[in-house]
Amino acid sequence: MSQQPRSWACPVVKDESDRITLAHGEGRRATRLLIRDGIVPPLDNPLLRALGDATSLPRVDGPIVMTTDSFVISPLFFPGGDIGSLAVNGTVNDLAVAGARPRWISLAMIIEEGLPSETLSHVVRSVAEAARTAGVEVVTGDTKVVPRGAADKLFINTTGIGELVTPAPPGPSAIQADDELIVSGPIGQHGVAVMAVRDELGLDPVPESDCAALVEAVAALRAGDVPIRAMRDATRGGVAAVLHEWAEDCQLTLSVDEPSLPISPEVRGTCELLGIDPIHMANEGTMLVAVERGWGAAAVEVLRSEPVASGATLIGRAVDRQLVPVLIRRENGREFPLDEPTGAILPRIC
Amino acid sequence: MKYLDEYRDARLCEKLLTQIRQRATRRWTLMEVCGGQTHGLLRWGIGDELEGEVDLIHGPGCPVCVTPLESIDYAVELARRDDVLLTSFGDMMRVPGSRASLLAARSEGGNVRIVYSPLDAVNIAAKHPEKQVVFFAVGFETTAPAAALAVRQAERLGLLNFSLLVSHVRVQPAMELLANDEYCRVQGFLAAGHVCTVIGYDEFHEFARTYRLPVVVTGFEPVDLLSGILGCVDQLERGEATVDNQYSRSVRAAGNREAIRLIDEVFEVCDRPWRGFGTVARGGISLRQQWRDYDAAIRFPRASLPVVEPAECRSGDVLAGRIKPTECEAFGVGCTPETPLGAPMVSTEGACAAYYRYRATRNLQEEARAAP
Repeated sequence: MSQQPRSWACPVVKDESDRITLAHGEGRRATRLLIRDGIVPPLDNPLLRALGDATSLPRVDGPIVMTTDSFVISPLFFPGGDIGSLAVNGTVNDLAVAGARPRWISLAMIIEEGLPSETLSHVVRSVAEAARTAGVEVVTGDTKVVPRGAADKLFINTTGIGELVTPAPPGPSAIQADDELIVSGPIGQHGVAVMAVRDELGLDPVPESDCAALVEAVAALRAGDVPIRAMRDATRGGVAAVLHEWAEDCQLTLSVDEPSLPISPEVRGTCELLGIDPIHMANEGTMLVAVERGWGAAAVEVLRSEPVASGATLIGRAVDRQLVPVLIRRENGREFPLDEPTGAILPRIC
Repeated sequence: MKYLDEYRDARLCEKLLTQIRQRATRRWTLMEVCGGQTHGLLRWGIGDELEGEVDLIHGPGCPVCVTPLESIDYAVELARRDDVLLTSFGDMMRVPGSRASLLAARSEGGNVRIVYSPLDAVNIAAKHPEKQVVFFAVGFETTAPAAALAVRQAERLGLLNFSLLVSHVRVQPAMELLANDEYCRVQGFLAAGHVCTVIGYDEFHEFARTYRLPVVVTGFEPVDLLSGILGCVDQLERGEATVDNQYSRSVRAAGNREAIRLIDEVFEVCDRPWRGFGTVARGGISLRQQWRDYDAAIRFPRASLPVVEPAECRSGDVLAGRIKPTECEAFGVGCTPETPLGAPMVSTEGACAAYYRYRATRNLQEEARAAP
């Protein structure tokens, strides 16, 4: 078990000589050089170029949507992404599922003294690439360096602003009985990928995180005139957590058909082995969508036209309120209550 | 998925259910020994399907559940020492001790790390010579070989900072205790497939003969479980009491010789307290004299604080098969997986957690009707 995964290796060059020091965080020459030469070039855009303390943004028509999120993932690099792509996609997806077109994000980094400069560059390049793919610009930012032990290598906060595209989905409280539930792709990929690398499970192949922007998938649903009730990216707590939140909001029972859940063989195998359930595992580029009854199949077709949602699948529907908020129908047709995820996921003994 | 889908085949399950129903002329009471089997039976609704033909009593085979409170308290105590880094399997973390769980101890600054294998703990010890790394060795014969291997590896590497807090248990003495219990209703055993993969089933022949109880070595998937039940019912209907191996894709009569040799080399049989059972004669294993240097219980003096079992928790009765989890007054009320009173509600192998998780909607409706 202690073997390093063979088919995946951390891409960071381990040049131990060049590291971020506290001098980089003291707001003087070293900081300026770090920002000017190390961070800004890959992110370059006209709004950022001014490098002021604040950036004025162009006027937009209609309401704007704002969100913020902090990223403290360990390890910084994992199969399918890293803390940089995660920090962009996490915030972009929060905007997208709220019905907004993401436009601008901020990038604030808290760096632990001693982080190799190459690691930081790698993460910043990754932020730039993810931002380009998602169609957002990094327009402002901040860098702090804290003494060794005061942070774990690198923490990132991103705040995102988007334009609300009307009509916006009414949200989970509008879900009605017989509305249909769709996931946009295989579930549990991110949670299992991170667990596999962090805990050195020695899996081969290592499952890849689904870390990606859902912007195009949401746009496709809109272009297809799919009547959306609610959308949510199923991050911490996985699909199960979203189902529970929605069931509480709409006061209905959400019923999911287990055999229909899209789960890759790697994720399924790992979860069987560890006694955990993919429906409780985190995703970072997979959303749950509730659509009006009768629209499920059409929504799946529309979603599948986008690479990020090519695994979209109809997984269940809303029914009148029963004794439990979320039901899962197993392979043998029996229905069980689906637990709300609680606390840490703890693998079993044997 | 190979080795999985074929053992979940719905048509084959239906066929086996029909065969069991046809074969059973009366209601038989069987015990599945292992917690993994309990979860399988509940997950697939097998108990409900066979209501009237077979009564399934859940056995003590959840290693986390039978680990005595004093061992958990000891582990928590070690985790709180500055010089110790305690390593443990994941599902041990939330089991409440008298005063705290390992998870709580960690949140208060205790040094606890989850590992997937005892060998990972040895690697941690090699990387952290400044810490005393203790592995909390729990489990049946399934996990004991890896613990033995870890001790040998530590010796090979010359590590002076690695030790085991041993709370390993043996499955057969507990079965004997149950068979000797005058209130025991069990008429046949589904033996634990994983344990038998290690120890084999040769030693069950004498047990079956002595107690006139059929033993069927059984796996964990629905087809395995149903085949095990059918084998047991078939023996009972014929008035036989022998040992069958349903789990032959994994289990050999003599077990895994290399694993048994490893256990024997490092451990010896001892009496051990089991949660819910009291001291079980020959119910555990401890490090042999020549390996005592790796015994955390010897290395670290222990503050003997009193052990406090929550009064309302009836996990002892559940583990001994005297009551079903739902018969405990605290079940689902004061005791849920989020706020467990006892280990069986915590572990993924625990009977209470299985009942809670897989309580069918039918049962919920009954509960609602029964509620005032």
